[in-house]
Amino acid sequence: MLRLHEYRYHRPARLADALALLREHEDALAIAGGTDLMPNMKHRLFTPRHLVALKGIAELRGIGLADGAGNPVADDSPHARELVIGAGATLTEVSRNPLVRRVFPSLAAAAGKVAAPQIRNSGTMGGNLCLDTRCTYYNQSYFWREALGFCLKKDGEVCHVTKVGRKCVAAHSADTPPVLMTLGASIDLASANGTRTLPVADFFIADGKANTVRRRDELVHRIRIPLPAPGLRTAYRKVRQRNSVDYPLLSIAAAARLTPGSGVESLSLVVSALGAKPRMVSGLDKLAGAPLHEVVDAAAALAFKQCHPLENLIVDPDWRHAMVPVYVRRALEEMAVGA
Amino acid sequence: MRFILNGAPAEVDAHPMKRLLDVLREDCGLTGTKEGCGEGECGACTVLIDGEPVVSCLVPFAQAREAEVVTIEGLGGEHPYQRAFAEFSGAQCGICTPGMILAAVALGPAPTLEEVRTGLAGNLCRCTGYEAIYRAIHSATA
Ligand SMILES: Cc1cc2nc3c(=O)[nH]c(=O)nc-3n(C[C@H](O)[C@H](O)[C@H](O)COP(=O)(O)OP(=O)(O)OC[C@H]3O[C@@H](n4cnc5c(N)ncnc54)[C@H](O)[C@@H]3O)c2cc1C
Ligand code: SF4
Ligand code: FES
Ligand code: FES
Repeated sequence: MLRLHEYRYHRPARLADALALLREHEDALAIAGGTDLMPNMKHRLFTPRHLVALKGIAELRGIGLADGAGNPVADDSPHARELVIGAGATLTEVSRNPLVRRVFPSLAAAAGKVAAPQIRNSGTMGGNLCLDTRCTYYNQSYFWREALGFCLKKDGEVCHVTKVGRKCVAAHSADTPPVLMTLGASIDLASANGTRTLPVADFFIADGKANTVRRRDELVHRIRIPLPAPGLRTAYRKVRQRNSVDYPLLSIAAAARLTPGSGVESLSLVVSALGAKPRMVSGLDKLAGAPLHEVVDAAAALAFKQCHPLENLIVDPDWRHAMVPVYVRRALEEMAVGA
Repeated sequence: MRFILNGAPAEVDAHPMKRLLDVLREDCGLTGTKEGCGEGECGACTVLIDGEPVVSCLVPFAQAREAEVVTIEGLGGEHPYQRAFAEFSGAQCGICTPGMILAAVALGPAPTLEEVRTGLAGNLCRCTGYEAIYRAIHSATA
């Protein structure tokens, strides 16, 4: 049995107190549901001296509508401009929320496909956004990693995947961020200095060692998704070995706005679980104007060309590459039904 | 630290970062909750916190403060599922059984087969092939 190291547990009641604790302690980490952090701490991937628990913080909870300035409004308010999801909302809450299911079905689907029911009851949206990247050579016990020789993401000098590179290519493995990217969502990042808002797409960087721009003393406060004009269709597809519990081997998030007569007004497509950053497929604007079912193959070909999976997970990268167009097609065909 | 354990107030002096699983087994002497993987993958350690199934191997004890925790012992051996699992061979080696039963209990009084399949999707069983488990639950709710 792997045991945890010694550390102090803080349980702030307010967001400001949590931010002050993170500022005060250099070696503090936040813990929300703990479903990513607990296994990682047992593997000695993280050994913080202080843990700041987010569970008791009311400001991080809740899912609801807000006006353009982020102030809460009633469900039937004409001033509603965005859907706001607190970082502490659990994946179960998001997957079952009637508003999310109605307006952003792909987000409800992605949240509902994370891990398994028990983990979705504990795991949060904030933790999902900040999920550590994953790799065959990294998500292992200290003993295992030491036996093979540590890698550069943790304790070592070389990358066992690329052999030569000085860059970690561990896979971004969270289910909800690719969907949030297709929906044009932003996040509010809070620190003791104030709050900055940035698009989810700008939150991630292509560095598997630490794949977000979040500073150590910052917390995801909430996620803000602009309410769509009519005609938005969304889909999420996830490839994994078993249909439950497992992380994605490949994931596809898609969103399209269709005009009456079913022409594509805009299309966005994110492919993830291959590299350190979810990949926004480019060049899709050229497909606008045609009916969705007519652009499926072109979009699938673009996605295939832009993705380059490596041997960072146990499953053959060529197979994962070959599955990219297959699952892009399935996602788009699902959205084209009835269009 | 205080919490409600199987319906009764409990006060346990354990490190806040000890896993709830270990607190239940070692400090409370309730060994019905099993450890399978210790990594959140198998569901053997499932308990209910405030009515929701969670994996107790990933829950630091401090997160259970003031919460209502229910373990298999909390069903008192009286729950219809407990008899049905025995009768229909829904339990063989028994390691997954406490977690299975608690995850099933959380689905409410009469879950459909589809609800059972998705509700138990976080509980692995290497013995029964699952069908016997579904039969046991069905027999107890029919
Ligand atoms: C068996 C198993 C299977 C899994 N399968 C999947 C899967 O299929 N898909 C998937 O996406 N995930 C999966 N996960 C990972 C995890 O359960 C989810 O990603 C979950 O959303 C993490 O949330 P959490 O609240 O538990 O995060 P925690 O473990 O509490 O935190 C994770 C990281 O985020 C940081 N953090 C948490 N909240 C905040 C915040 N508000 N601001 C800043 N930093 C924060 C923490 O410091 C930590 O570094 C799986 C986990 C397990 C154990
Ligand atoms: S991609 Fe390379 S550096 Fe990154 S975790 Fe894997 S082996 Fe380590
Ligand atoms: S022991 Fe907790 S999920 Fe396996
Ligand atoms: S009865 Fe043995 S694991 Fe389920």
